[in-house]
Amino acid sequence: MSPQERLTAALARIPYAGFLGVRAELKGDELTLVLPYSEHLVGNPLLPALHGGVVGALMELTAITQLAIASKSERFAKTIDIGVDYLRSGKPVDTYARARVIKIGRRIANVQAEAWQNERSQPIAAMHGHFLVAD
Amino acid sequence: MGSGDPPKGDYGQGKDALERVQAMMQWTPQGRALGFEVTKLDGAKVWGRAPYKAELIGDPETGIIAGGVITTFLDQLSGMAAVLAMREPTTVATIDIRIDYMRGAEPGRDVLAEAHCYKIGRNVAFVRAVAYEDSPDNPIAHAAAAFMLNTQGKTGANLRGKKT
Repeated sequence: MSPQERLTAALARIPYAGFLGVRAELKGDELTLVLPYSEHLVGNPLLPALHGGVVGALMELTAITQLAIASKSERFAKTIDIGVDYLRSGKPVDTYARARVIKIGRRIANVQAEAWQNERSQPIAAMHGHFLVAD
Repeated sequence: MGSGDPPKGDYGQGKDALERVQAMMQWTPQGRALGFEVTKLDGAKVWGRAPYKAELIGDPETGIIAGGVITTFLDQLSGMAAVLAMREPTTVATIDIRIDYMRGAEPGRDVLAEAHCYKIGRNVAFVRAVAYEDSPDNPIAHAAAAFMLNTQGKTGANLRGKKT
């Protein structure tokens, strides 16, 4: 299996990834998670805007998946804490997220992530978190 | 898309308050999809339930629910607490939320949570929340969040918080 196929298979085993409808795109060792727009992801139907929790969940999923790639592990790390900053409301369009592993220690990894929609330079949210590296 | 205005009224007060707040929880398509419920209100405090569903599992080996579900639940319940703290409820937008995960939720069990808006200003509300199965003394996760109040240019006494 290619790394892309392995990644797709790993995500397919996570029911919640299916609930959100995310798919993974791998370019070298850089992952992009794609969250296609769907009505059930909306938090505020008046605007309409994506639910902040969904955008947070997308970035967290991106962070632990990128971390698995960076640490060459088949298992996902456990989340210790995350902080999510909301920068713009999520429009009813597709959303993308990428994560950067800042440091992998013996037990804890520090990861940052960003989510954007039409323009990469206009992120809708940013996340930083600590993760317990699977042993 | 869109299903009209959110339910109007002084959400947290008087007869049928719980039904009104529950209606607001269900007004959100994502809250509806996840099956979130509001179970109790007291001033600027709100209690809720996120039912266990197989489709929300984040770790297929253990059956533990995904962290993202807890994030979404605490975000939404915290926003509800901010709305309940306002004299004239309006919509709110999350500025930021910080979540500490102490442990995975027990597989097969509903997640409960309570959120308290402990400070509200003209523009911003501050909320703490905790998720658990049985008691906040044995937490799954803690959250601290700030919300912007969508006051549409209105500021002043009508939006100042009531007693929390």
